[in-house]
Amino acid sequence: MLEIRDLHKTFNKGTINEKVALNGVSLKLEEGDFCTIIGGNGAGKSTTLNAIAGVWPVDSGAVFIDGKDISGLPEHKRAVFLGRVFQDPMTGTAADMQIDENIALALRRGKLRTLRWGVTKEEREEFREKLKVLDLGLEDRLSTKVGLLSGGQRQALTLLMATMKKPKLLLLDEHTAALDPKTAAKVLETTDKIVRENKLTTLMVTHNMRHAIDHGNRLIMMSKGRVVVDVKGEQKKNLKVSDLLSMFEHAAGADEISDRMMLGDN
Amino acid sequence: MAEYFSMLNPEALFNSCPGGIAQGLIWGVMALGLFLTFKMLNFADLTVDGSLATGGSVCIMMIFNGYNPQLALLVSFVAGVLAGIVTGILHTTLGIPDILAGILTQIALYSINLNILGKANQAINVNQVKLYFTSNINLLNKTIMIVAACLIVIILILYWYLGTEQGSAIRATGINPNMAKAQGININHMKIIALALSNGLVALAGGMLAQYQGFADVNMGRGAIVIGLAAVIIGEVIGEALLRKRLNFILRLFFVVVGAVIYYLVYVFVLWLKFPADDMKLLTAIVVAIFLAVPYLKNARKNSFRRLARENKKNGLTVEE
Repeated sequence: MLEIRDLHKTFNKGTINEKVALNGVSLKLEEGDFCTIIGGNGAGKSTTLNAIAGVWPVDSGAVFIDGKDISGLPEHKRAVFLGRVFQDPMTGTAADMQIDENIALALRRGKLRTLRWGVTKEEREEFREKLKVLDLGLEDRLSTKVGLLSGGQRQALTLLMATMKKPKLLLLDEHTAALDPKTAAKVLETTDKIVRENKLTTLMVTHNMRHAIDHGNRLIMMSKGRVVVDVKGEQKKNLKVSDLLSMFEHAAGADEISDRMMLGDN
Repeated sequence: MAEYFSMLNPEALFNSCPGGIAQGLIWGVMALGLFLTFKMLNFADLTVDGSLATGGSVCIMMIFNGYNPQLALLVSFVAGVLAGIVTGILHTTLGIPDILAGILTQIALYSINLNILGKANQAINVNQVKLYFTSNINLLNKTIMIVAACLIVIILILYWYLGTEQGSAIRATGINPNMAKAQGININHMKIIALALSNGLVALAGGMLAQYQGFADVNMGRGAIVIGLAAVIIGEVIGEALLRKRLNFILRLFFVVVGAVIYYLVYVFVLWLKFPADDMKLLTAIVVAIFLAVPYLKNARKNSFRRLARENKKNGLTVEE
């Protein structure tokens, strides 16, 4: 499914701000894997996702999807394979466009933008049905500008947009970090449901140990631009926060554990 | 004072209104082009000062050389499209910031326009060719009708286009380029397409304007962006004041044209007041600055530290030392 091989990326090379963000990240996901990525600030979690999405080219290494090397494709061409939800609720949607227009844009991911009508009547009906699943009352507000929605509503909508046209890989970049705990729980619940129903291969970055343990069938932990812990199968099912902490201490040293990870029980 | 007022002739004002309306409508075509980049793409495109004159120059030289005036307008449009593509490539492929990319093309077009015209100013004999847009007093009403008909067609096409998949992609690019990329939109292509269309419309307006005045001048586009912005902004403010929430997309396009006509009627009025024509650009700049500043100042007044301090004092929350 997804394979990344020995990714390296250094930002601001040769300056005083030089930062090695990825230092040889390799990872292989099977079809239908739901993998959570955890790690402290600057561990390279989001950078890994951005490398897969093609926000910039990596310094070296390769990204394969279904055995095809996509390392040389620009961001908008990789979008064909990917569904993405970002940390900032403002990033994933176009605020000044209507809900239906936003979904319609996502539905045409990977297609040539022709001179056909941007949203059709049948599509609107389809959107209404899909929005009902979110249980936020958005199905009656198709013509509302997305900018008028709350952060949680926007994230749920972005999630729908990312998955409506089934992606080969779903990338969730701390997509609940900017939400209040209650809304975050709801968006995560919806995430689980959508991922399960569509059998999506998913990579979810989180700061929150609890979330990393409760969701998905695999967990990797990153530190200093490398994967340091990889837990799957039965071991992942029985994983506890204390196990995770000791693994992490062992792999990366105690000082690497950030306060946010420790407090991440909400 | 009395002498000044006795100089003003109400009949003259009345007589110059149709001309103002006709010019306003032609500038409405230009403003619609600017709307596409300024409002949809969020791109302040300074190319228009050059491409307006390019449209005028191409149109006049073609008519001068015996071509059909309609064909001349079509070629003006194409010339504008090419100018827009140049700015687009400078901005996207070569990474030059939007305003600079526009200025570079604009300056380049100045030389190109001089080459097209062969001199700074070229007139045609308006009595020898059948023009569709003319300032001839007897035919002015016909000009107004034809420009209005063109505008209806252009507005309908723009409304349709911006509703298509491609138009939606352009709007998304303007609103949130990161989102657009994540949805597989090639934002560079969208920017180039929008700039091309926009400058096509601007050059078309330049062609119409050149036919209207019977000549093309290499400086005819100077300050065009400010006039276009004035039209877009005046139209928006008036549209929102009159219709509030009912201001839908097609009406927004319509009000861009209304803005251009109002601008030219004010222009005619101010000239009638014997305001020196040389100072008109200063006046335009002041008007545009005011309209651009009003929304900001309105908001700043609502969220002001000074106002809070004043109110706290009034309500006794602040204890004076």
